[in-house]
Amino acid sequence: MEYIPNTKEEQQQMLKVIGAETIEDLLGDIPSEIRLTRGLQLPPPLSEPELKTEMLRLSERNADLLHHASFLGAGAYDHHIPSVVGHLASRSEFYTSYTPYQAEMSQGLLQTIYEFQTMIAELTGMEVANASLYDGGSALAEAAMMAVKVTKRNTILISSTIHPSYRAVLKTYLSGANARIIELPSENGATDLVAVGKRLSEDVACVLIQTPNFLGCLEPVEGLAQEVHRYAALLGVAADPISLGLLRSPGEAGADIVVGEGQGLGCGLNFGGPYLGFFATRKEYVRQMPGRVVGATVDTKGRRGYCLTLQTREQHIKRERATSNICTNEALAALSATIYLSIMGRQGLREIGRLCLQKAHYLKHRLCEIKGFEMAYQRPFFKEFVVKSPVSPSRINKKLFKQKIIGGLDLGTMDRRLKNHWLVCVTEKRTKEEMDQLVTAVKEITT
Amino acid sequence: MSESLIFDKSVPGRKGYSLPDLDVPEVPVAELMPADYLRKDPPLLPELSEVDVVRHFTNLSRDNYGIDQGFYPLGSCTMKYNPKVNEDVARYAGFAALHPLQPAEQTQGALQLLYQLEAALREITGMDRVTLQPAAGAQGELVGMLMIRAYHRSNGNPCRKVIVPDSAHGTNPATATLAGYQVQVVHSNADGLVDLEDLKHLVDPDTAALMLTNPNTLGLFERDILKIAELLHSAGALLYLDGANLNALLGLCRPGDMGFDVVHSNLHKTFTTPHGGGGPGAGALGVKSFLAPFLPVPVVEKTEKGYVLDIRRPQSIGKVQAYYGNFGNLVRAYTYIRRMGAIGFRKVSTNAILNANYIRKRLELVYPVPYNRFCMHEFVASAKKFRDKDVHAWDIAKRLIDYGIYPPTVNFPMIVEEALMIEPTETEPKENLDRFCEAMLSIAKEIEEDPARVRNAPHTKSVARLDEVRAVKQMDLRWRPA
Repeated sequence: MEYIPNTKEEQQQMLKVIGAETIEDLLGDIPSEIRLTRGLQLPPPLSEPELKTEMLRLSERNADLLHHASFLGAGAYDHHIPSVVGHLASRSEFYTSYTPYQAEMSQGLLQTIYEFQTMIAELTGMEVANASLYDGGSALAEAAMMAVKVTKRNTILISSTIHPSYRAVLKTYLSGANARIIELPSENGATDLVAVGKRLSEDVACVLIQTPNFLGCLEPVEGLAQEVHRYAALLGVAADPISLGLLRSPGEAGADIVVGEGQGLGCGLNFGGPYLGFFATRKEYVRQMPGRVVGATVDTKGRRGYCLTLQTREQHIKRERATSNICTNEALAALSATIYLSIMGRQGLREIGRLCLQKAHYLKHRLCEIKGFEMAYQRPFFKEFVVKSPVSPSRINKKLFKQKIIGGLDLGTMDRRLKNHWLVCVTEKRTKEEMDQLVTAVKEITT
Repeated sequence: MSESLIFDKSVPGRKGYSLPDLDVPEVPVAELMPADYLRKDPPLLPELSEVDVVRHFTNLSRDNYGIDQGFYPLGSCTMKYNPKVNEDVARYAGFAALHPLQPAEQTQGALQLLYQLEAALREITGMDRVTLQPAAGAQGELVGMLMIRAYHRSNGNPCRKVIVPDSAHGTNPATATLAGYQVQVVHSNADGLVDLEDLKHLVDPDTAALMLTNPNTLGLFERDILKIAELLHSAGALLYLDGANLNALLGLCRPGDMGFDVVHSNLHKTFTTPHGGGGPGAGALGVKSFLAPFLPVPVVEKTEKGYVLDIRRPQSIGKVQAYYGNFGNLVRAYTYIRRMGAIGFRKVSTNAILNANYIRKRLELVYPVPYNRFCMHEFVASAKKFRDKDVHAWDIAKRLIDYGIYPPTVNFPMIVEEALMIEPTETEPKENLDRFCEAMLSIAKEIEEDPARVRNAPHTKSVARLDEVRAVKQMDLRWRPA
């Protein structure tokens, strides 16, 4: 049983219709020199019960967050996923469907994408959004490439406070383009406005920032937007969508492109993927936008319906002149986000924002009471912050792990200048009890 | 019956979420956050109860079509059945609730899975190393082309062009451009294969690579593959395989043995991870050892201390994903591979080939197949002869919807006029293949008797033929409050 229904008899009947004796007769085009004359060296096949036992054992070699309280964020967040999200996204009419190229047979999915685009546009304060990109990093890279096309300029100013992996992905994506990428220095945990002013010129396509940034700090988006627009460059902002029920949208503050990682919106941590890149911009740039887009239209009887639209931007039509090479996207993750935002609604998202904000500040307050601990930056923050610790955060994390707590990220392992800097994240799932337990453990190790 | 938009169902004050009360002393927001960072008008998300949300999306799912409902012969897309056990395993807490930045000692099971999946894909494709980082086929292509570029540059050879066949997927030329190359097109010959003479004219020291799909998008095996490889390699150029059609080759032959230097495999096609309505996918990329130094970081290695993520690779092209790829799909693909074993894969490819040839044979008299010979896992028929009735491939596709079957890929590849690209996969029972053939033959009859019925299809769905031109002209990409 290899998920192949046809019996030997049926295979014989089919061969007869084809006019072949054996299946081997059909393979004559494969040159004999390259025919595999041995079996593949793979582990022997497992029955379903054996398979489930083996895979469960493998999964149990990991420390899952069902049994550990996590204060680890840094771009991937342990937010609560309402039960309905998994159940509805598991409707196989959705998850076993293909890209909705045949609109009349795919109205259900197309409508959810239209709703997703609306929700992302609403959250980000932009006019239009696409149907999704791979993740936050590639979405940022696509934003830079769009800005180069829109402005016909080739310098990209990227803040050093953006997630280091996003910056790395952007550099990879643009390594084939004729673009100059300049990193902007930071000042007190956020993009250095003075440095931005110095580096802006008529060659700059865009300035890219993230808010809250990798260090948890909020960036002064409005001030930056004014500077950037003075040079007719674009401002691209990577945002945390969970924050946008409470915090001002980048669009309202003047951003031209808003992208980000949507994993927090009902998608599991999954050891790093699948995640959800989102992309929103102004209507005037829609024809330079990457990725699929769904539009509303009418049928021959005047009834409303939905279809993929503006496809002449895309690779399957435009080939080497496409706005991006993306084809497969993250549709199922976008569906999860749409269900998530529907169940949360405008009050629920705001409430999550309130819980994250209050709890994160509680933990910051408690940690900074401990001798030797202090905030690394004096900036407003949302659910993540950096504390300077008198001892190595990795050492603290090891101790915490024994108590089933996963500590924040030791930034010193990524950047030597950030030795003893601890990036701590508090979502709505963390309880006062867990935070107090963490504080007690930290006290024990440092005093 | 169509479902109204979720925004139109919103009732102010209705609530579907359930969150804990704040359990720490509340501090006024003004003390934590300057006013100009706060949102004044909440985003216009709907306000609904849980049952409202459940019914909305359940009803929408019923106006959609997946492989679980029936046949999906979408050429080049390998819409095969997605085993349910994959879904169960991917949801085990140790895989699903794992943070990508947990220290390696907490994630040994996940790293072991990545390591063993790489080993299995190396063996299946005949390549030396495989990166699992690309999120989809197109991202795999980008990684592959950037690695090819890095390789040529490391040899002091700034090649400028990439060759793609006229039958190639659109992602190939789009990716080559993104990687900074000029695209040249090599034509197909009368057999539907790469024209060797044309290729000879094009290949020169400025050629970085040929991006080839094999079996090609006509479902035909490139019989001259060894000559093609030799031609490229003798000019210092590399051979890239778009592995979209790998399902046809499993256990029969391996790209690595054919001379391919780089191969991407769409795990969401060949290795049964669901398409999810357009994604997520996973685009594993295999390379020969001389390209391994350029692999994206991190690379999973096995050491005495266990599995580790190696980031110290000075010649690496960098990263294309923030973390390690679409891990959830990698779990599904690995589960499938462990279920199949070597013998299972051979049955997959041979049954996929058998099913495709069966349909080809049953339809060939009514739907001519321009390059008609034993095909691999798919074939391309033409609806050109129906043009005199003003019926096009697109209309036949729409009419198939009324028969409850998802239509084949249409109007691709571009070298066949009015193309109908049909890929049944190995997971379809004979009676469904017969039902499809009978539907196609019945539509051909309808075209003779009542072409308007076909031209105006579909007639049985919640919407009739949609006005796609209007969707472009009167752009409506989002809901707005009345």
